[in-house]
Amino acid sequence: MSDKLSARSRARIENSIFLAAVILLGLVTENTYYLQIMTFIGINTLLALGLNMLMGYAGQVSLGHAAFYGIGAYATAILSGTYALSPWLALICAVGGAVLVAFIVGLPTLRLSGYYLGMGTLGFGMIVNILFREWSSVTGGASGFVGIPVLEAGPMVFMSGKSYFFLVWAVVLAAILICRRILRSRMGRALRAIHDGENAALAVGVNTHYLKLKVFMFAAALGAVAGFLYAHFVLFISPESFGFMVSVKMVTMVVIGGMASIWGALLGAGLLTLLPEVLHGFAEYEMIVFGLVLMLVMIFMPQGLTRGFLDIYHASRKKRQ
Amino acid sequence: MQEIIQYLFSGITTGAIYAVIAVGLSMLYSSTELINFAHGEFVMVGAMAMVTFWVHLAWPLPLAILAAMALGCTLGLLFERFAIRTAKASNPIVLVIITVGASIFLRGTGMLAWGKDPFSVPSFSSHESIEILGAALLPQSIWIVLGAIGLAGGIHFFLKKTLTGKAMVACAVNQKAAWLSGIPSERMAVLAFAISTGCGAIAGIFIAPITMSSYDMGTILGLKGFCAAMIGGLGSLWGAFAGGILLGVLESLGAGLISSGLKDAIAFILLLLILYIRPGGLFAAKEAKRF
Repeated sequence: MSDKLSARSRARIENSIFLAAVILLGLVTENTYYLQIMTFIGINTLLALGLNMLMGYAGQVSLGHAAFYGIGAYATAILSGTYALSPWLALICAVGGAVLVAFIVGLPTLRLSGYYLGMGTLGFGMIVNILFREWSSVTGGASGFVGIPVLEAGPMVFMSGKSYFFLVWAVVLAAILICRRILRSRMGRALRAIHDGENAALAVGVNTHYLKLKVFMFAAALGAVAGFLYAHFVLFISPESFGFMVSVKMVTMVVIGGMASIWGALLGAGLLTLLPEVLHGFAEYEMIVFGLVLMLVMIFMPQGLTRGFLDIYHASRKKRQ
Repeated sequence: MQEIIQYLFSGITTGAIYAVIAVGLSMLYSSTELINFAHGEFVMVGAMAMVTFWVHLAWPLPLAILAAMALGCTLGLLFERFAIRTAKASNPIVLVIITVGASIFLRGTGMLAWGKDPFSVPSFSSHESIEILGAALLPQSIWIVLGAIGLAGGIHFFLKKTLTGKAMVACAVNQKAAWLSGIPSERMAVLAFAISTGCGAIAGIFIAPITMSSYDMGTILGLKGFCAAMIGGLGSLWGAFAGGILLGVLESLGAGLISSGLKDAIAFILLLLILYIRPGGLFAAKEAKRF
């Protein structure tokens, strides 16, 4: 049935369902813990969306993406906390800074491919994280940064709870729309061409290096926005929140949800945010179960859950017929 | 001068450990084209096994070392058999995430088995340091460096002189062609895995007496091992070895002469420099293009 609809109207329907679901969830949920978890899911979705553009569509793996998340968070923390700048100005600086860093780092790094690109981004992420930890006069060092102001816009105060939930998910919706717009454009087609075969893309006139750099910068910008939202939500940041394992977790969100799929990013972010919360009940078995789930999903559903479930669904329908 | 010699001693010691870790990673990469992000966890397993076998159960040292090695190899075998080979994925990112899952799983198991407290393990022989040019050299360092050289030499001999080793090299060069000429390439992959994780465990056995061992020690050691393998050239045995020693020495000098806070950054700065200037590594010409 859905085949009959054009891609654009299908996208519109999906977006409307998404918007309605967000509004409904926001209005119905009263429990602050649930609201908090859903806010975190939103922040992680932003991270996964950016990385998905880079990994799923452009086919470039980054194992250091938490660096941009951290740059966003620390930039706003330092500018609005230490220097009492307006957080909204700080946001512009944070995103600008992250994009600039992505440009400088991406220029040489994105010439690498395969494991070499993975290792290069990993090294970059580690260096940034060590900088957060060691530059303690500015970042507060390993003990973290305290004193991040609460976001305000006119009469609105975005304290944790519903207002923050809606703020974050509004940004997520905007990010989804932007991603869709990019994917529909010439750039999106060029990106997919790179993913399918870089040499072929080069041959038909796609400036692959420039394009990869652009996507890298876009993903960095989304990461910085997520970092900004994270910092003003929890009001305390420390280097562990932006370490290697966080980068790995982001990659996992993208892959588990299903690469090259916007809703896959949402699903992956949701699952990987919820899973540790659910596993708290397992106490000391938490890590074992988490590792096991990760392995099993990847072993049996290497295409991610979105595709995995679709395959199971189709298989069971075939059987019945 | 005296200080510099001291830094060199400690640098070569940690470097030898990085070298053993890197050799394991490099071995595995050349025969299966896989980067094992759980490798550091096998280092942890080796060190923690020493805590159990040698300190707690008071087994004789050689037996404890053998048992710790065997544990590392066995876990590697199981990991290959049940996780990597069952995986239907051809996409290397998926395989990498499976190894990440394994690393979290092993860390969790380590925490359950040994708790969260760090342990210390005594040196293999006397504690008294030997004085050379005014700098103190611990006997443990000699053990570590000799052990590392012996291990790398043994692997070199195995790959160059034995039939099984040559078959493994053939798999590394071209798996399909090796299979066509009658080499059981699947079995070779298992063997490569066992040797690789065994190397990890040996690194853990070496490092246990010179540092505190705990369930979460593996991650950073594994990452340093990657850096060393990349610096030397991924897939090259002696390249990885030299990369490890170089990394250890530069780290020790950097920590001593510049700032100890930046010690961990040195490995990654070196990694980026190598990747930008000579992506194939210092000692290898071939560049891998997979992912």
